[in-house]
Amino acid sequence: MKKNKRSFGGLGQLTIPVIALALLILFNLVRDLIFIYYLKVPNYVSFFSIELTKNNMENMVLAGNLISIINGASELAILAMGMTLVTAACGGQDISVGAAAAIAGSVFVKVLKSSSSITGVTVAIAFVCACIVAMLFSSFNGTLVAIFKIQPMIATLILYTCGRSIAYWINGGATPTVDSPLITAIGGFIPGIPVPTPVLIVIAVALLFKLIFKFTSLELFTQSVGINGSAARLNGINSTFIKLLSFIILGVCVAFSGSIGVSRLGLINHETLLIDIEMDTILAVAIGGNSLGGGKFKIGGSIIGAYVIQMLTITLYAMKVSSTDVKAYKAIVIILLVVIGSPVVKAKFEKLMSNIRRSGQSISMKGAQ
Amino acid sequence: MKKFRALLLVVVLVISSVLCACGGGGKSGGAIKVGVVNNPPSESGYREANVKDMEKVFSAENGYDLKTSYSLKNDEQLQAAQGFITEGVDYLLISAAETTGWDEVLKKAKEAGIKVYLFDRMIDVDESLYEAAVVSDMAKEGETAVKWLLDQNLPEYNVIHIQGAMGSDAQIGRTGALDEQFASGKMKNVVQQTATWDEAEAKKIVESVINSGEDFNVIYAENDGMAKGAVAALDEAGITHGVDGKVVVMGFDCNKWALRELLAGAWNYDGQCSPFQAQIISDLIKGVKTTSTKKIINEEKGFDAKALTQSDIDTYGLGE
Amino acid sequence: MENCLLKMRHIEKRFPGVLALNNVDFTLRKGEIHALMGENGAGKSTLIKILTGVYQMDAGEISIEDTAVSIRSPEDAQNKGISTVYQEITLCPNLTVAENMFIGRGNGGWVRHKEYEKRADEILKQLGIPARSSQQLGSCSLAVQQMVAIARAVDQKCKVLILDEPTSSLDDKEVNMLFDLMRDLKSKGVGIIFVTHFLEQVYEVSDRITVLRNGELVGEYLVEELPQVELVSKMIGKELDELSTLKECDEEDLSQREVFYEAKSLSSSDAEPFDFFIHKGEVNGFTGLLGSGRSESVRAIFGADKVTGGDVTIKGKHAKITRPIDAMKHGIGYLAEDRKRDGIIAELSVRENIMLALQVMNGFFRPISRSESEAFADEYIKVLNIKTASRETPVGSLSGGNQQKVILARWLLTHPDYLILDEPTRGIDVGTKLEIQKLVLKLAEEGVSVTFISSEVEEMLRTCSRLIVMRDRHIVGELKGKDLNQAQVMKTIAGGEA
Repeated sequence: MKKNKRSFGGLGQLTIPVIALALLILFNLVRDLIFIYYLKVPNYVSFFSIELTKNNMENMVLAGNLISIINGASELAILAMGMTLVTAACGGQDISVGAAAAIAGSVFVKVLKSSSSITGVTVAIAFVCACIVAMLFSSFNGTLVAIFKIQPMIATLILYTCGRSIAYWINGGATPTVDSPLITAIGGFIPGIPVPTPVLIVIAVALLFKLIFKFTSLELFTQSVGINGSAARLNGINSTFIKLLSFIILGVCVAFSGSIGVSRLGLINHETLLIDIEMDTILAVAIGGNSLGGGKFKIGGSIIGAYVIQMLTITLYAMKVSSTDVKAYKAIVIILLVVIGSPVVKAKFEKLMSNIRRSGQSISMKGAQ
Repeated sequence: MKKFRALLLVVVLVISSVLCACGGGGKSGGAIKVGVVNNPPSESGYREANVKDMEKVFSAENGYDLKTSYSLKNDEQLQAAQGFITEGVDYLLISAAETTGWDEVLKKAKEAGIKVYLFDRMIDVDESLYEAAVVSDMAKEGETAVKWLLDQNLPEYNVIHIQGAMGSDAQIGRTGALDEQFASGKMKNVVQQTATWDEAEAKKIVESVINSGEDFNVIYAENDGMAKGAVAALDEAGITHGVDGKVVVMGFDCNKWALRELLAGAWNYDGQCSPFQAQIISDLIKGVKTTSTKKIINEEKGFDAKALTQSDIDTYGLGE
Repeated sequence: MENCLLKMRHIEKRFPGVLALNNVDFTLRKGEIHALMGENGAGKSTLIKILTGVYQMDAGEISIEDTAVSIRSPEDAQNKGISTVYQEITLCPNLTVAENMFIGRGNGGWVRHKEYEKRADEILKQLGIPARSSQQLGSCSLAVQQMVAIARAVDQKCKVLILDEPTSSLDDKEVNMLFDLMRDLKSKGVGIIFVTHFLEQVYEVSDRITVLRNGELVGEYLVEELPQVELVSKMIGKELDELSTLKECDEEDLSQREVFYEAKSLSSSDAEPFDFFIHKGEVNGFTGLLGSGRSESVRAIFGADKVTGGDVTIKGKHAKITRPIDAMKHGIGYLAEDRKRDGIIAELSVRENIMLALQVMNGFFRPISRSESEAFADEYIKVLNIKTASRETPVGSLSGGNQQKVILARWLLTHPDYLILDEPTRGIDVGTKLEIQKLVLKLAEEGVSVTFISSEVEEMLRTCSRLIVMRDRHIVGELKGKDLNQAQVMKTIAGGEA
């Protein structure tokens, strides 16, 4: 029975992502101090500075590295939420989210372009269409996984491979653009609101998840299926349905991400839209302290994981690390995080802590004597 | 299950229609048989325009019988070329995926009396194996752009340089001229980063510079998409750009939408990378033109926002 | 002792919290087939694993041909002439018979095909195994594969051959082929330890029987001197003459009551067709040795395996139960035999585990609120006396008995009309066992029908008013009233004449 026993720090599952975030903040703080007090660089702008500026659409908006981080990580954070659910239910990951987002984005643009004028209604219709298409593709993935019991990574490899070709086919052109203040508002700022709209969308999606968990048994059933599929079945849970549902929910997340990605620049490039995001998404889930083998999960962990990854990227950019090298540095940091989060290191760390505590006690006892 | 079957059907249809999007054909007769080995139009907007141009010029009306094969893979391209030789085409036009491995096939073509033209991309073979190569000179594109930039006589040049995928022909060519300026000290390199043709990445790079508070007045992006990403970052930060703005914006490829940005004065410069080699080759085949050198540089323009006209957009713009 | 091949004396083995073997002796003579018998948890497999070097014993001595030895590893055991053939065939089906016989024994990986095939053919012929050495192993029948595994073992100069459930996947004809081979080896002086749960087979081929129970030696007997029914009683743990009727059943009125559930020729992918019924408020039980099909039968009732046929009526109305959720909707609950695999969701809290079945029945869109589920959890933690640090403790960190109570609570919370309990008391301390038995009787008083399965007949006699006896996947008897006593149960389990 002892094997099952786990003692975490006070934060439980969130220990690792919170520590990672704290370390990144500390690192930038130290860098700031060195630049300001040691190198005495004139006009140095702190990594953390946030200012209110007027943008070219005459709106007052927030700007700064921190805003860039939470804004830039929006697509990743939304995908990570959906991926957490798929991971928990199926014990595997969907590697086709980037390609599927390109499809969703292409559909979004296609519908917008086919309407005469872009209004709130057309944007809503375009998003609903993107959503439906993304859900169709993700339920294709889900069917392979839930009914045909194919390993998620293998099943989604199909869409990963052909998804961007399908995205190309939808628009029949390489980089169609949409020009509308409405789209700019979705991808950038709504007039009068200084917070980037994608950040607001992340909050909305997170709330949506919260509501789903409140008004359905999704959380309990998903964890049951992920931890012990046999027992879940004998308790009457339809695990096929749960797995399929997790994929469909991920499909909605994909539609959100794809549409945000397209709206940022008002342009769909099926080859580069959210390229390589699937790996970052899986990493966000892992950094969030969720087991990639399925079971218990914390959506919040994955969101923090997404911000950790983005903060790492922005920090490296701020240090002017060449973006070809950024991937290598990212890899190093991520290896560290994953190793620190591994059960082996955790056990060693706990042992060390208890030793320290014991020796601390003996010292204080000696002191008392 | 029914639902699933329907879904499967849809997906299969979608996949197969994508796969079948290639292939072509034409009528034969007294027409000149031309076999084209090219990259698929889905590769880029450039390629799409290139493929359309080929189809337009080598049409039945112009007296051609066009056969096409599209692949991103060199070995598939080699097989297609082999197939065209066996079929007995009169001319073989190649835009190769890789520069190596073509000796055998081109020798066979020569033995069969088939004349070979290269377009867009060079191949590492002896010059005697092909009639001519119509290519872009990426380095020249860079030089034209940098020369235009110097002509602007800015008081100082603080450049954000956003590169394409490192090692690609376009990146190497378009970077070269600018690197010279950085080395000579005429221009200051604020940041030089690759965004690997990714618009969103370009935006992040510019954002990062803005956030660090560094001064810059030129954005030199190696394609239109990345320039668009950069401009989005400027817009969010309230930095003016374009003809009357603080920051000079430069892009490449001449997508129609990018040229429209120029026309609106939001950007300053767009360098052409011409996909229109078909007419030159057709002229050579029909003897309208002759060439003294094997390598023919496809003449490419650079467009200044102040001089651009709508008819330029219609003539030279790619895509829609 | 004459012809003594293997002697194990005073063997002791401890696992954390359990004394798996306590002062066990075992003797194997040359040219003898010796059956090792005992119910689950008796210590058979621990003893075998010590003999084959998988486990190290904590105390005791082993000698082979009167020389004391210590067996450090499986390789060591093989070098000392002890070979094992396991239930599931551990050979490679895509290699040839010869390759399988010599794999992993070559000199530095150098495979000498021709020589191996020649030698393999000799051995196969000698043992009368109907296979060619160049044949792919996968193309042979299971029995022949089993025999090749034995041939491989025998060729390694083996003195002691351990056959662990070798017949469980063979049909009658194949079993006979295997027995012929065993007898042949016996005549060549090999000592064979035969582990099986098929009683008839023991009597057909063995010379001696050693019975273990609860990690202790019950005794060693010559087959002729131990009737089948006595063997069963020794395995289960009651001497025949000690038995007396535990309770006089005067529950004749039960048959007057409404039948809650009735199945006619119900069958599943794992269970042969059977008939079954239970009255409202009745406690009945399935009994039989391990592998007799008792668990498979109740799983079919619950729809846990793929139901392949049969007619089910519940409260007189026709019912279709093909999935667990169907059974649950008809008010049936099922506590599975394997708690870890089929019962607990280890990483979820006690609270979540308790509310699970009720939540499933409530439906996906009607989640039980946090406060409600907390109230349920607190209630059942108190009622069933579940020992847990808090209701949010992961259930995996509880002791086995408390885990079992959590699952009981899960089903009680659904207020079932009919509860199926498969081995609810296995691996649980005595106190909790009694609590669960009392609970079962209390439920019956309240009108809940209960089907109770236990390896301990005594426990079933104490709770059930009717016992359905199974042997070899078929119902062989039904006991109630004055027949409901241990002697009768054992007679029926053992079958044939006492």
